Amino acid sequence: MGGKRMIVRAAHNIISPLGMTTAENYAAVKEGRSMLKRYEGLWRLPEPFTASLMDREKVEEAFAPLANGAKYTFFEKMIILSASRAIAEAKIDAASDRVLFILSTTKGNVFLLDKNETGFPKERVLLGYAAKQMTDFFHNPNTAIVVSNACISGVCAQIQAMRELESGRFDYVVTVGADVQSAFIVSGFQSFKALSVDPCRPFDANRTGLNLGDAAATIIYTRKDKVTENDWVACRGAIRNDANHISGPSRTGEGSYRALKVALGEVSPDKIAFINTHGTATLYNDEMESFAIERAGLSKVPVNGLKGYYGHTMGAAGIMETILSMQAIDDHNILATRGYETMGVTHPLVLSNQNQPTEKRAFIKLLSGFGGCNAALLFAKGGEA
Amino acid sequence: MTRHEVYITPNEVRIDGKVLNHNENGAAMLTELYRAHVGDYPKFFKMDTLSKLGFVASELLLQAEGAERFVPREDRAVVFFNRSASLQADTAYQATIQDPENFFPSPAAFVYTLPNIVTGEIAIRNKYYGETSFIVLPENDSQIMARELQNAFLDPMTTSVLGGWLDCTDENHFEAKLYLIYKS
Repeated sequence: MGGKRMIVRAAHNIISPLGMTTAENYAAVKEGRSMLKRYEGLWRLPEPFTASLMDREKVEEAFAPLANGAKYTFFEKMIILSASRAIAEAKIDAASDRVLFILSTTKGNVFLLDKNETGFPKERVLLGYAAKQMTDFFHNPNTAIVVSNACISGVCAQIQAMRELESGRFDYVVTVGADVQSAFIVSGFQSFKALSVDPCRPFDANRTGLNLGDAAATIIYTRKDKVTENDWVACRGAIRNDANHISGPSRTGEGSYRALKVALGEVSPDKIAFINTHGTATLYNDEMESFAIERAGLSKVPVNGLKGYYGHTMGAAGIMETILSMQAIDDHNILATRGYETMGVTHPLVLSNQNQPTEKRAFIKLLSGFGGCNAALLFAKGGEA
Repeated sequence: MTRHEVYITPNEVRIDGKVLNHNENGAAMLTELYRAHVGDYPKFFKMDTLSKLGFVASELLLQAEGAERFVPREDRAVVFFNRSASLQADTAYQATIQDPENFFPSPAAFVYTLPNIVTGEIAIRNKYYGETSFIVLPENDSQIMARELQNAFLDPMTTSVLGGWLDCTDENHFEAKLYLIYKS
């Protein structure tokens, strides 16, 4: 990328059941902690489920100093809270027209469709209106872009942010990803038989499905002419479709393989510390990812997956897992894959349930989702890998 | 290259500005258009209205383009925008879980509660392995859409985009304005 301006991380935040800052979250994951718990009878759901859910009182408490008289849903409080913490760290004027907000979410305020929910105007179920609560909060004049590409939204939003900055129209892009769980989402995944009743086990021989989770995460990106060795650079990303099935991944990992190939470019696999996978712990997803990684010539590169700590946080996943991967490399660490014990995919991967040391400075974030979509994004500390 | 455009509302169909005749209105019109102009893709009948709308509009658009169909390609992106995301499917799915005494969530209904499913339907039909993306805006905003569609060409392989506005709130309220644009 010689001479070209680079897209650099300016600030970040994670709000999850494991903590209200990136540092708290990284420390918890490094110690192997998780808030995955079994819930029975919650939201009047007939079947129990295991999920990583926020203590909503804690969110209320953290939000209290931000209160401005307007009434916000729990989802809106999560995105405003996460964005405000990252904005404070970046010390930017969020009201500037040179700042754009991008929101990655799949279901936003979908709980408002429940007939018993009457506290908010109906239009707030529309994702663009939920996002507007956030831009209005920060007095930002630009229309927020909502990326709603199922489970890959968090990586799509970052690729979108890179493009908005490359085109020169904006100086900062506040990229926020969030989803909060509800009867709607949990029952849907249950109907798909996609949920594990126990904490999930990514890539394991005995994996039985995924868990769901609440989270919000924010990365602020900017453009820089000269990067320092500690700057986190978003190098290259791609979104590719399997062109195969709307609710099951391609057996041959078609879209993930193609996205990985573009993201890797000419970079040697030796330079990559790890691939942070989607790793949902469903039978088909993990199998598909292992094939895609092998086809892309990356089967010697260590991989990990973080769903065993958080469950699948949907719109937040791509952004939260990117931030945690950056912190891990800052700490010379490849985070353990919690829940994994025995290799359970037919294309073997380099995978561990223990933290592993690394001195490498680049990683790939990989995601896949319903609609046959896949996304991969290469990050390197200090510039091109 | 010529820019092609298809415009569909519950009672109007235009291809490159020219009116296309039909007898039905609303979702029934989409089925009529499918039977008259496509006919060979029974998966159509499983789709929700948003996907039916996107499917029919994209078929008419690609027929207008006249290029060879169904050749696997990675250089064409599918990028849609709307206001309502998957609201019709969301509302239909909510009805299946609203009453604990009559609780019957269905995976076939749940899968359409994501707006990007329609981009997948079009990718599957046409063997498009390229970028697929769905963006939700508070209102139809041609300036933002133009900006985002231009941004799509920053992908190193994308040379054309099948994109535009694709919104549906129920069987009688929808609007598609899809076009093909090419890298300049």
